[in-house]
Amino acid sequence: MSNSATARNNILQRLRSVKETPPGLPLSGEGSSYTVGADASCSSPDKGRLGGVSSFDWDKSERIRRFTERMTAVRAEIHHADRASWLEKLVEICHEKRLNNLLLSPHTEWGKAIGAQAGSFPELRHYDQPIDGWKQEMFYGIDAGFTSTLGGIAETGTLILWPDAEEPRQMSLVPPVHIAVLDTDKLYTTFAEAVQEQAWVEKGLPTNALLVSGPSKSADIEQTLAYGVHGPKELVVILI
Amino acid sequence: MISEFRQHVIENLAKPNVRANFRKAMDGLMQRRLDQFPDPLELERIRTQAQAIRANALSKLPELLEQLEANLTANGIQVHWAETPEEANNIVLGIMQQHDAKMLIKGKSMVSEEMGMNHFLEQYGIDCLESDLGEFIIQLAHEPPSHIVAPAIHKSRQDVAKLFNEKFPDIPYTENIDDMTQSARRILRDKFYAAPVGISGVNFAVAETGTLCLVENEGNGRMSTTVPKVHIAVTGIEKVVEKFSDIPPLLSILTRSATGQPITTYFNMISSPRKPGEKDGPEEVHLVLLDNGRSNIYSDPELLATLRCIRCGACMNHCPVYTRIGGHSYGTVYPGPIGTILEPQKAGLDVHGELTQASTLCGACGEVCPVRIPIPSLINRLRYEGVRKDASTTPGTGSRRKTSEAAAWKSWSWSASHPAVYNFGAKAASRLRGVLPMNMNAWTTVRSAPQIAEKTLHERMQELGVNDE
Repeated sequence: MSNSATARNNILQRLRSVKETPPGLPLSGEGSSYTVGADASCSSPDKGRLGGVSSFDWDKSERIRRFTERMTAVRAEIHHADRASWLEKLVEICHEKRLNNLLLSPHTEWGKAIGAQAGSFPELRHYDQPIDGWKQEMFYGIDAGFTSTLGGIAETGTLILWPDAEEPRQMSLVPPVHIAVLDTDKLYTTFAEAVQEQAWVEKGLPTNALLVSGPSKSADIEQTLAYGVHGPKELVVILI
Repeated sequence: MISEFRQHVIENLAKPNVRANFRKAMDGLMQRRLDQFPDPLELERIRTQAQAIRANALSKLPELLEQLEANLTANGIQVHWAETPEEANNIVLGIMQQHDAKMLIKGKSMVSEEMGMNHFLEQYGIDCLESDLGEFIIQLAHEPPSHIVAPAIHKSRQDVAKLFNEKFPDIPYTENIDDMTQSARRILRDKFYAAPVGISGVNFAVAETGTLCLVENEGNGRMSTTVPKVHIAVTGIEKVVEKFSDIPPLLSILTRSATGQPITTYFNMISSPRKPGEKDGPEEVHLVLLDNGRSNIYSDPELLATLRCIRCGACMNHCPVYTRIGGHSYGTVYPGPIGTILEPQKAGLDVHGELTQASTLCGACGEVCPVRIPIPSLINRLRYEGVRKDASTTPGTGSRRKTSEAAAWKSWSWSASHPAVYNFGAKAASRLRGVLPMNMNAWTTVRSAPQIAEKTLHERMQELGVNDE
């Protein structure tokens, strides 16, 4: 580690030895013909479109519409339901996809409701031990993972996930199908707004925070979209 | 003697299929980017913002690196520093040996390419497996990436089909992209399952919160950083940003500029290893911070702009030279306009200075750059440094100076400031127009050399009765 410490000192020393402090804002005359640095918006709070430029004033139904449009465009499946009908919808989805099992947490609000009607569902599986004890099953035996979400982003059609001990990281990653439920009261307009409203920085970030905007995909061969590379092949979102 | 670079260019220009692959892909990427920025005013505002975020981070770089290190360490992530690729490789090797690990799986990382990590670790009997689909393909073909975002962009589906058939004879031959993708998924699943160590790059490192951010579509980044017991992230020291609130605008302009997506499928924010009570995730997370010439670039207030780069690849997508000669011609880790300014600064103008000649200075790269790096101005600056011995921190300054060329310019400049000599020379050239050489090497292989006029401009003006005295 002493090598690393030497490297650290050398690097920091070189960075600090710069005679004139590099300008914080772009050098004059640099870049395009647009006046650089004259726009005050860069210091404005991160509200509105794409992190602090112009504002959208989308109401809830517009946010739902945009979210659905963006998600559908990347082949996510969107189902609209309410607190009375979502369970039935989930049962339908499980049957339609011929799932043999469904991985979920029995302790979340949603998981409890599902557990209460276990008879209507395929085999319910719980992530009740560290992955090391059942990795093989997780990789080769689970058909779908069901998770809650921390919220959504309308502009980009995005789910916010903060995996935790109840709903660990691999639940939304390893099984071929990921079913997520999103409370539309927590559907924000932009990522910046979600970060601010939910006070991410003040609360402290979790081990792993995630934005998920559709099923796994790649365009690495001829820039042609193919779905289901390493993550879930299908993403199903139930909007409540 | 013809240089290696020119030799590559000649070879690659003679491959019509590869050129067609690039043309098609770059046209698509340019159109998709354009579709993401329908409002030019909004584009310029968000470019200003992204530029300011990156410039701000660079202006406080040493402090932010210390803050990043302190916060990552407090979060349980181990931070390592490396001045050279070799040091970085040895850090990774050390971690591998500590865990007695013989294999690792990699998410996409350009810094690992810069380190030559795969080659280095293979000497120690460690298998490095690329899991990004494009990287997986070129690793099978034993080729380097030809594009920083889409590494296998030079290959057609037929090329990939043949390659898969050759390497995996058990899988039936197919040119269907979905089927080939599913084959790769199956092969790599088993590797993810077994790999003790995962490697990733970093798109942004947030000093304020000690968070490593990864942008991707496939899930290889998530798998590499979630499934193996140990995660090692490698990145350049310039990737740090000050605040978490810097992330949303940077993420947005990155994905829109790179692939024309409003957002990628996954945006992965890692702030710690597995915490007590958590059931998965790596037990150890390491970050290797690599300098490799960056602190030297940092010392020049103009060249510093190079370090604003967020690696979107828009400059190469829009470069008429890159599109024609392809990424492999450059012979460097980073090709295209950003490579043209970055590589000579890292390796020296004596090594890669010739790249600065491979530009028409059309300005497209500077116009699309999301953080407004003035790439054409910097190319010009490096051309200048290549032939001058003025004070400069760029390695290899002056190494491209040719005595004959320097003498020619010097005498031209001298004669241009001595009217009698200049007029005599111009007159002489016009009188000797018939016998001056018309063969100007490469230039005249596809062009006719212009002939000098019968009379000089001065003579013609005098004939018209204009007196310049």
